Amino acid sequence: MYNQENCKFSSTHEWAYIENGVATVGISDHAQHEISDIVFVELPKIGAKVEQGKSCCVIESVKSASDIYAPVSGEIIEVNQAAADNPSIVNQAPHGDGWLFKIKISNPDEVKKLLSFEEYKATL
Amino acid sequence: MTNAYPHNVLSIEKSVQGRRGVKVCTPSCKAEDFLPSKYLRKTQINLPELSEFDTVRHFTNLSRLNFCLDTHFYPLGSCTMKYNPKSYDVLSSLDNFSALHPALPENNTQGTLQIIYELDNVLAKITGLSAFTLQPSAGAHGEFCGALIARAYHASRKDKARTQIIVPDTAHGTNPATAAMAGCEVVNIKSAENGKVDLTELQKALSEKTALVMLTIPNTVGLFEEDILQIADMVHKAGALLYMDGANMNALIGLVKPANMGIDIMHINLHKTLATPHGGGGPGAGAVGVRKGLEDFLPSPRVILKNGKYSFAKKHKLSIGKMKSFYGNIAILIRAYCYLRQLDAKTLPDVAKNAVINANYVRVKLKNYFPAFFDSKCMHECVLTIDKTKMPTVKTLDIAKNLLDKGFHAPTIYFPLIVPEALMIEPTETENKQVLDAFIQALKEIYEKALHTPDVLHDAPQNCPVKRIDEVSAAREPNLRWTK
Amino acid sequence: MFTSNTKEDLTQMLAEIGVKDFEELLPVPQLLRKEGFDLPPALNEQELTAEIKKIAAKNKPLINFAGGGMQEHFVPAAVNALSTRGEFLTAYTPYQAEASQGTLQAIYEYQSCICALFDMDISNASHYDGATALAEACLAATNIKNNKIILYTSALQPNYVEVLKTYFKNAGVKLKEVPLNADGTTDLAQLETLLKSGAAAFILQTPNYFGCLESAEEISSLVHANNALLIVNVNPTSLGILETPGSYDADFAVAEGQGLGNALNFGGPTLGIFTCKKQFVRNMSGRLCGMAKDKDGKRAFVLTLQAREQHIRRERASSNICSNQALCALNATIYLTLLGPEGLKEVALKSLENAHYLQKELCKNGFTLKYKAPFYNEFVVTTKVPAAKLIKAAAKKGFLAGIALAKNELLLCATETNTKAQIDELVNILKEVK
Repeated sequence: MYNQENCKFSSTHEWAYIENGVATVGISDHAQHEISDIVFVELPKIGAKVEQGKSCCVIESVKSASDIYAPVSGEIIEVNQAAADNPSIVNQAPHGDGWLFKIKISNPDEVKKLLSFEEYKATL
Repeated sequence: MTNAYPHNVLSIEKSVQGRRGVKVCTPSCKAEDFLPSKYLRKTQINLPELSEFDTVRHFTNLSRLNFCLDTHFYPLGSCTMKYNPKSYDVLSSLDNFSALHPALPENNTQGTLQIIYELDNVLAKITGLSAFTLQPSAGAHGEFCGALIARAYHASRKDKARTQIIVPDTAHGTNPATAAMAGCEVVNIKSAENGKVDLTELQKALSEKTALVMLTIPNTVGLFEEDILQIADMVHKAGALLYMDGANMNALIGLVKPANMGIDIMHINLHKTLATPHGGGGPGAGAVGVRKGLEDFLPSPRVILKNGKYSFAKKHKLSIGKMKSFYGNIAILIRAYCYLRQLDAKTLPDVAKNAVINANYVRVKLKNYFPAFFDSKCMHECVLTIDKTKMPTVKTLDIAKNLLDKGFHAPTIYFPLIVPEALMIEPTETENKQVLDAFIQALKEIYEKALHTPDVLHDAPQNCPVKRIDEVSAAREPNLRWTK
Repeated sequence: MFTSNTKEDLTQMLAEIGVKDFEELLPVPQLLRKEGFDLPPALNEQELTAEIKKIAAKNKPLINFAGGGMQEHFVPAAVNALSTRGEFLTAYTPYQAEASQGTLQAIYEYQSCICALFDMDISNASHYDGATALAEACLAATNIKNNKIILYTSALQPNYVEVLKTYFKNAGVKLKEVPLNADGTTDLAQLETLLKSGAAAFILQTPNYFGCLESAEEISSLVHANNALLIVNVNPTSLGILETPGSYDADFAVAEGQGLGNALNFGGPTLGIFTCKKQFVRNMSGRLCGMAKDKDGKRAFVLTLQAREQHIRRERASSNICSNQALCALNATIYLTLLGPEGLKEVALKSLENAHYLQKELCKNGFTLKYKAPFYNEFVVTTKVPAAKLIKAAAKKGFLAGIALAKNELLLCATETNTKAQIDELVNILKEVK
């Protein structure tokens, strides 16, 4: 659905699929592998204002709680309840059904600060 | 050993309708005789119906599934799992202690009040601080109490800017969580390469916004902060207070007085340093001590001695209030008091002395097997790690589970966070060389397996009532109670 | 003292460590080691036993007719015989689940028994006491509703109010008191007014501090209609006969669990019971034990949902709580299992019966029942003679005649531990005091 090649990435392992001023956000395959079995996803509230680089969501494994940072600033307009109901899909399909939330982008210039897939791969 | 019931059967599954257990009394009324029906229970009480004998068998068999201090060595770092003396269990449950209602007139509770007062005093003597509260129920509860005292202190001086608490990255999770509960912003500072407080980082973090700096001494890597006097000076010059998390007090008791290190507030875990039993996770007690000048902020009521009589003082207007409904975990305090009455100036230093020797002995004997992360003398605990070049697929978790099979409780694992694959070992002073040698031998055997047949390690434990548990499913679909 | 290394052991160990003596091993600068320790001579076990017994002899327990948050209930011998077994008493927190199935299953059974008693969805493994459990419930409510105002009944136990004030001072939570009616129960009109100006939750206590039973269903509807949560503080033994928090749709129900299988112990250790609705499980602090399977498919118990807790979340945790009152919870579990539903009903009924008999006899002898609302096993009387004088006189004769609430007000309690003879004797003593 949101192929790696078509996404932008943050250095903190989130991907953003940008289309029509909306960023669909999830965690990279590397991230889901590092976190390992995800047991809980604490999604942001719809309407919440988020800031680039600030934590807006938490993903829990049995032994850890990882902050998910907003790749761009804006407002949360949609969340993936399916990921909250069944956290394992974030492991199984991090770039597909395991997407987390959508942001209405407030400052399009911020997208320039994100990495391309190739650039992100190089950081790993 | 087998018994009639397969293991792990719930009491509710042994329940038979109509079975009666203990009969305590025989009422001669109905609830409706006194109360309108709108206040009465309409639902069934779905508690198990077992005979007394079935209940005794049930819980006795459950107990036999446990490791415990009375049966196993528990080298848990930062937990100070030392022997829980049996005489204290007997003495603290004497009828004259256990039958006291907290509302009794003071004339009727002089014995218990004396113990609270004297425990406060002896802790002050041991630490060099001025006064202690015995109200908090646990270490974390004590930390919260300490943070509230710090905030009250700054508030009393009308210093409203102080809303930050500095915590090193080696801190136990309760420290930053405490800061957040006290309404403060947590400032994490990175430790130096040697695991100790980085003075440059500390100086950068200190400001007129700092309320408190929380340190564990020795730190959670088992190392003493040699620069503590300089640290205390920096903190005080910045106008902040210095808090000592006393979880590792077993390394210092009888050797160093925290007050001499510049500590303003500290807590002591009675269930660690003072040998009160853990009970499977509580009750404990977290005594909080303060230096001169901070006594008025302590929770109320405090016990005072006047004209030979003990009583509760009136609440001081600066007191932070109450940490819990009554006076503290009294039965635990009595045990701690017993422990301290059995030590004096001559014998108290033996506690830390033996604890430190034991920990260094283990560190040195395992040098070529599981090396210490920081290669230096440690205090009462050592933090070891796995040499990944020799055993790339082995995790600390595997070591822990294999120790269970060999009849030892595992050490603390994966803490502190700055040490990868950490194994934190604290033998305590109540273990002797023979026990340590057996433990060291067990780890050497696990090491050999890790080198040659690492896959076998992943299957442990094999000798416990259950094997490794599917914690992922347990968290994804929590089953937190039976449903009848 | 309890060290067991011999001198020879230590010498050998120091040699293997590679130092000539202990001083060489210690990284503490000499400068920090000045001063000795001014302590009295150490006592051996025999001396200690004598000394402690001497101190204990200075305590004079009385026949209890006081409640106020701690109530004496008979603890069958099997409770302590089981819970003081070393396997329970000296076990550590069950982080290594495979070595702790006894403790873990006991916690799971505790959670289950409490849910059954309270008719609530979830119970955690316990908090320090009823007051701190209440504080944690309030903090959870403020997070859920994103509102920092908490209303509480004027009939909430006073020392609980003090704990809330201590907990909330720096957390920005605002407490507002809802006054009482003349009959001793919460004023619903005033409650509604305060609810309308916005609040996260209302704290109800029933039976309340004065012993009065509150109209919980009505209050629950009112609170929920105004978009707030209902937090209720109850007496767990009373649930043997009284309506349950679950039945009136409480969001959080907390209690002091001491009365379930634990001695008075002058106020501690205590047991903070904490329950809530299913949907709030993630807002709940404290340990949780879950049933799971091991890799062979065998039933197993394990601490779960730990990623809510401080050791993982650190400053993002909702609370810093690290422990639970495991042994006290175990006592409660064994007690409830020993008594079963019928046994618990009998204890509650007998407490009700004794309290009403005491009240009737007192009112025949110059005392007046202050509040008209129905009561369970505690009640307030107005007295002709100052309450403090009555308590003093009764204490001389071996009785604790309740708690003085005001110059001429006495809060009395009776449980199944009181006999008719004791009640008659207490009444005789009190009526004679001038």
